[in-house]
Formats: sequence, C-alpha cells, structure tokens
Amino acid sequence: MREDSLSSQATRSMTARPDWRDGKRYLWLLGAVVPMLLFAGWGLVNITALGLFWWMGPLFVYVLIPALDLVFGGDRNNPPEEILAWLERDRYYRWITYLFLPLQYLALVVGCWLITQHGGLGVVDKLGIAVTLGSINGVAINTAHELGHKKQHLERWFARIALAPTGYGHFFIEHNRGHHVRVATPDDPASSRLGETFWAFLPRTVLGGLRSAWGLERSRLRRMGAPTLSLRNDVLTAWAMSIVVWGALLGVFGVGIAPYLVIQAVFGFALLEAVNYLEHYGLVRQQLPNGRWERVGPRHSWNNNNTVTNLFLYHLQRHSDHHANPTRRYQALRHFDESPQLPSGYATMIVLCYFPPLWRRVMDHRVVAHYRGDVTLANIHPRKRAKVLARYGAAQPTAVPAVPAA
Amino acid sequence: MSRFRCEVCDYVYAEGRGDPREGFAAGTPWTAVPDDWCCPDCGVREKLDFLALDTADTADTTDAADPRPPV
Repeated sequence: MREDSLSSQATRSMTARPDWRDGKRYLWLLGAVVPMLLFAGWGLVNITALGLFWWMGPLFVYVLIPALDLVFGGDRNNPPEEILAWLERDRYYRWITYLFLPLQYLALVVGCWLITQHGGLGVVDKLGIAVTLGSINGVAINTAHELGHKKQHLERWFARIALAPTGYGHFFIEHNRGHHVRVATPDDPASSRLGETFWAFLPRTVLGGLRSAWGLERSRLRRMGAPTLSLRNDVLTAWAMSIVVWGALLGVFGVGIAPYLVIQAVFGFALLEAVNYLEHYGLVRQQLPNGRWERVGPRHSWNNNNTVTNLFLYHLQRHSDHHANPTRRYQALRHFDESPQLPSGYATMIVLCYFPPLWRRVMDHRVVAHYRGDVTLANIHPRKRAKVLARYGAAQPTAVPAVPAA
Repeated sequence: MSRFRCEVCDYVYAEGRGDPREGFAAGTPWTAVPDDWCCPDCGVREKLDFLALDTADTADTTDAADPRPPV
C-alpha cells in the first residue's frame, strides 16, 4: 500500500513550471459537454424529426460512452510525482469544474421550459427530457463530488449547488465523513457486497446514506452544543437549497413540472448510486486484532483507465488514489498497477449492474480471483452468504467445510 | 499548546485554535478529542493516526486564512 505523504512534501516544495505536458489538459473541457446533451438532443430532434433524441442523456451514458471507450481504450499515464503539487495548483483545472454549474442550471431551466411550454411534445418525449435532465444532474453529483472534497469553502458551496437539483445535498457530508471513513467495510451503506444485486443495494445505500448524513451532522452539532434543527446543520441547508430550486421551477413553470422534477431527481441519484455500487463491489478491509479496520489501500477499490469515461468523470475511475488522497484534485490522480481493474469503464459497468445475472457472471469470479480463491475474505452480502460460499467456497483448497455464518 | 497533523491531507489540529466547526472550542486539549474522530478534511485518518508536531515545527500548511492565536 502506498501511504504517501507525497502531497504534503510536494506542497511545501514550490516548484517551477516543470517540463511535462498533460495530454488530457484540453480534453478535460469535455466534462462541460454533459449539460449540453439536452441542447444536442433538441438539435437532433429538429434535424431528424425523431423524438428518440429527447432521450439524449441515457443514450450518451449507456450507449455512446461505452462505444467511445471501446474505440479509444485506456490511458495508464501518470503525471510524474514531483509535479503533482504544481499540477494541483494550476487553477485552469478547477475552472473547468466550475463551468459545469451554470451549464447544468441552464439545461435544467430550458428542459423545464421544453416540457411545459414548448408544445407538440408527447408524454414519452417529456419523459425523455426528464431522464436527460436526470442524466445531467446525476453526472453533476460527480462534479459535486470533485468539488466537495476540496478544502476551499467556495468549492464546497459549489458542490451543494450542483447537488440541489437531485435533492442529494446530504451526499457531500455522508460521502466525505461517512463513506470515506468506512469504505470497504460491512458498515458502509455505500460499499456494495458480493452477491448483493444493484436493486438490493439501491434502497440500502439511499436510506443508509441519508441516515448516516443526519447522524454525522447531529453528532457534530452536539459537540458544538447546538441543536440538530438549526441553520448550522449542513444537511438542512443543503436541502433548503433544493427547496429553493424546486420552488422556483414550480413557481415559473407550474405544478405540471412536479412529476418530471421527481423523475429527473430519482434518475440522477440512482445513476450516482450505480457508480457507488461498482466502485467497491465485494471488496473489504480486514479487521485488525484491536478492532480497527486496516487502512484503505489500492486493493479496496475497483479502477479503470478507459480514457473517455475518465474524462467525463474527472478521473473518478482512478478510485484507489482518490481514497488514498481524497482531497487530491482530479488532474493529479494516478493509476496504480496493484489496484483491482474492472473489465470495462464505469459507464459500461453501470449498464451491466442493472442486470444482476450478467453482473454476477462478469464480476463475481473477479472478486474471488482478487482474494486468490478465498471468497471468505470478500465482503459477502449476509443474506447471500450460504449461496456464495456454496458456489465459491468449495473451489478453494483452504476452505473450512462448515463456515460459520457472519 | 500542541499541534497534530493528518499525514494524508495536512490538516492540522492546534489546541490553541481548536476547531469550533467540529465542536472543539479554542483551547480544547487533544486529549478531549474523541479517539474515533476523523480528519474533517479527508476522512482517511482517525485521531489515533495524527502525528504530533514539534512546537518548533513551522511546517503548518493549513489555510493561511485560518486565524490562529499567537502561540
């Protein structure tokens, strides 16, 4: 495991501009293309007269990105370690993430206008627009994720703004203070378990995340001696922002927009939770004799280096480095050879996880292989434990015949 | 007044300054911070993993905007 205090060492040595070029530098601008999907779809509908293109968001996430990943393949290049600090200080990269926000809100307003005012649209078209908005606002949770991990107050505020349309403002509290602490342990609602389908994981992570965020704020406020129900409660202020956004949209476009707002919000956060599902599937940290969990290492996250998905998700797929250094900026995240690799990019794997038999066929044996055949070392879904052990437990020579239930 | 640093993200807990947002008023000694309290910036290290800084250590890289009482 790489326990680096690299960031600290590097921050202190103010280096001059190094002789190294970031091959992805201008490609990172593609992240801001996502909010434009609505407009691209609208244009294509006008050109082709096909209502299908109102569904541009899901077409992009589920079809176009996986196809582009196949064409362009992977990129394992890492920035040299001595320039990481310089790279992180380059403000160009953070401005790209800020750019996402106005475009996101522009798409949201125009989308609501199209649904209620455009005329000539059928219910299926309107659903397509809502799901496209959901895709945009779901990807925005990833933008919020990048921003919410930063130490700057401004960026943390931007994170909340990006989360408001999906009502997922509590995410940046639960994720930073909950998920990152408990990642790859059975206690983490956002770490999926071997044998757990995405559809079983979805309610567990949504409700568990909510409970966790609330609990984290409650204990912080208790330490402060402040009441839980106060304006200092970050969960409440984040939700208040959602209420303001939704209230404004309802006020302008009427109650007719309400069902579509709900659809885009649910689609958006379900998209984020699908990514959560595949990031740590089956992986678990071992418990130390003193009861603490071993430290998070590269082996506790699923990674991938497909270039296109990485560009649209700000290197989220270099997930092991993200967990080792959560405050590190996306452009400086590195690939580790020793980290488990998914067979394809996150976008492709999202499609797969919607179909549990397919997912199991592709992933379960990879989890078992990761633990060198000893499935008992994996994070097994308690309800599926007997089944998983019956299937994989016998395959390994060191298996004890009767493994006690968890 | 002692100071303790998270080795992952360089967050520094200074007893003199405390961390009011985390519920530790200025002057809260490190011993009063619960063991399971995690670094508020990265969430990777718990209190037990923080490194004690030498009082002479000036390598405090926390936010310059953070007001710190004179030591």
